[in-house]
Amino acid sequence: MDIKDYKNVYVFAEQRGGMIQSVAYELLGKARDLADALGEKVVAMLLGHNVKDQAQSLIEMGADEVLVADCPELKDYLTEQYSQVVYQMITAGCPSIVLYGATTIGRDLAPRIASRLKTGLTADCTKLEIGIVEETGEKQFRSTRPAFGGNLMATILCPNTRPQMSTVRPGVMQKRVREAGRKGTITMFAPKFDTSKFKVKVIETKMNCKCADDIADAKILVSGGRGVHDKEGFNKLQALADVLGGMVSSSRAMVDAGIMDHCFQVGQTGKTVRPNLYMACGISGAIQHLAGMEESDFIIAINKDKYAPIFSAADLGIVGDLHKIVPMLTERLKKDVEK
Amino acid sequence: MNIIVCIKQVPDTTEIKIDPVKNTLIREGVPSIMNPDDKGGLELALQMKDKYGANVTVITMGPPQADLILREAFAMGVDRAILLSDRKFAGADTLATSYALAGAIKTLDYDLIIAGRQAIDGDTAQVGPEMAEHLGLPQVSYVIDAERKENGNFIVKKENEDSVQTLEVEGKCVLTVLASAFEARYMTVAGIVDAYNKEVEVWGADKLDVDENKLGLKGSPTKVWQSFPKQLKAPGEVFEVSEEEAVEIIVKKLKEKHLI
Repeated sequence: MDIKDYKNVYVFAEQRGGMIQSVAYELLGKARDLADALGEKVVAMLLGHNVKDQAQSLIEMGADEVLVADCPELKDYLTEQYSQVVYQMITAGCPSIVLYGATTIGRDLAPRIASRLKTGLTADCTKLEIGIVEETGEKQFRSTRPAFGGNLMATILCPNTRPQMSTVRPGVMQKRVREAGRKGTITMFAPKFDTSKFKVKVIETKMNCKCADDIADAKILVSGGRGVHDKEGFNKLQALADVLGGMVSSSRAMVDAGIMDHCFQVGQTGKTVRPNLYMACGISGAIQHLAGMEESDFIIAINKDKYAPIFSAADLGIVGDLHKIVPMLTERLKKDVEK
Repeated sequence: MNIIVCIKQVPDTTEIKIDPVKNTLIREGVPSIMNPDDKGGLELALQMKDKYGANVTVITMGPPQADLILREAFAMGVDRAILLSDRKFAGADTLATSYALAGAIKTLDYDLIIAGRQAIDGDTAQVGPEMAEHLGLPQVSYVIDAERKENGNFIVKKENEDSVQTLEVEGKCVLTVLASAFEARYMTVAGIVDAYNKEVEVWGADKLDVDENKLGLKGSPTKVWQSFPKQLKAPGEVFEVSEEEAVEIIVKKLKEKHLI
């Protein structure tokens, strides 16, 4: 089959515990742009057990078609079970592009599929676009990602094999506005399992997240780093976050020190956030941290060290002691609220 | 038990800086290290060796200089070290790299294969799962603990964003490991001395069970089209003023941006 015959943009619509994950909607938003640029369709792949009722939600968020595989074997994510189904969907539909969330599930599944299909996969992309090849005028899928710890960006092509596959971290792409009642096709897909390959079973799943709300959804984040020192320091940030109607997040240093839970961590090994306001307090701004927050709309940095790299990413920088400024700011804003 | 650990030599990316004038990566003087997640994987293998008794083989693909991390692995306690080094491997992306590693591993006896979750130079986390697929083995990624049962199955704990899962794997498998879960042991003095008396086996493509057309650049479906240093945005204003003034400046900005 000629590579020109591969059409449509597929999205792996990740669900956990029957809940479609935010990253699936973010990917649909981007897939919509790509498909429109190519004149192709967006197709979501929804795998799980008792999930088919949620297919319409994927259509409202940008899918033209949803392939649903709904059976007990797919209740929990397991590499081989999911790989068999996604592989069958892809070989049956011959998409030009397939997108996955760069989550622990997506990063487990996508390389397995890439290797089974013998095709290219680009991890943790921050930009996906359809470019035009100068010489030929042909449309070309381009995936841009950070490398060398975020020091370098690379744009990757997959010229000779199909589909072209990429993963994107949660929080990087933007969802479309939900279009209630949007029309699309829901197709039930009956997988053919080779159960002899099922070698892994789940014994236990312990939910460990201590945070009810996700920092990736917060509009305002007051974030603390090494300069916050301890739990008491974070209480000051929390008081400010409360006045601003935001949440507290953390740099890796404070997670490694055991002061904050991992689910509050911003950065390359934590979460990618893009709030309206990101206040970096006592965060030096290692490139791995910047990678997780630099797309925020407005960034304020408070740091004692005027040479801290965080100031190069900030829209407003204050050289000073957060332990004094943060409580004063909190009091000042409280007065404003009372007025 | 025979355990194979895949490791990689990487530049210490925390030491990489951008040349502010030329806007390029400064790679000189950047130390090469054993990739942290791989070192975690090696530690898991050595813990299993301590616990159950095992032969541990490390394998890496890279230039001749990668010999250094294999010596380090000897000094930590591994039994055998293999360096895959051949011009035919050059320019490999993750698919071609995983194919070469799988081609080497196919010629060895093993009960368990361990790799790091991801390498700090590429951060793809793809080579482990892609290799598992080439070998037709089950995989568990993001591993934080593993034990072997009497019947040869493995009980493996993996860390997800919001949960820790315990899985049982039937027989041979590939595990990809998080550095944070395994604090690597130090090299011993005797181990360091010994490391240089041991032989690192250097294997070319002809030693592997592979189709040579699928190696290196030729076997790589992805191509780097462009690379460029990250564009930093224009820096904002930085104030070094009294705390009172700082508070007023922040409040004014927040109002201006309609954030309060």
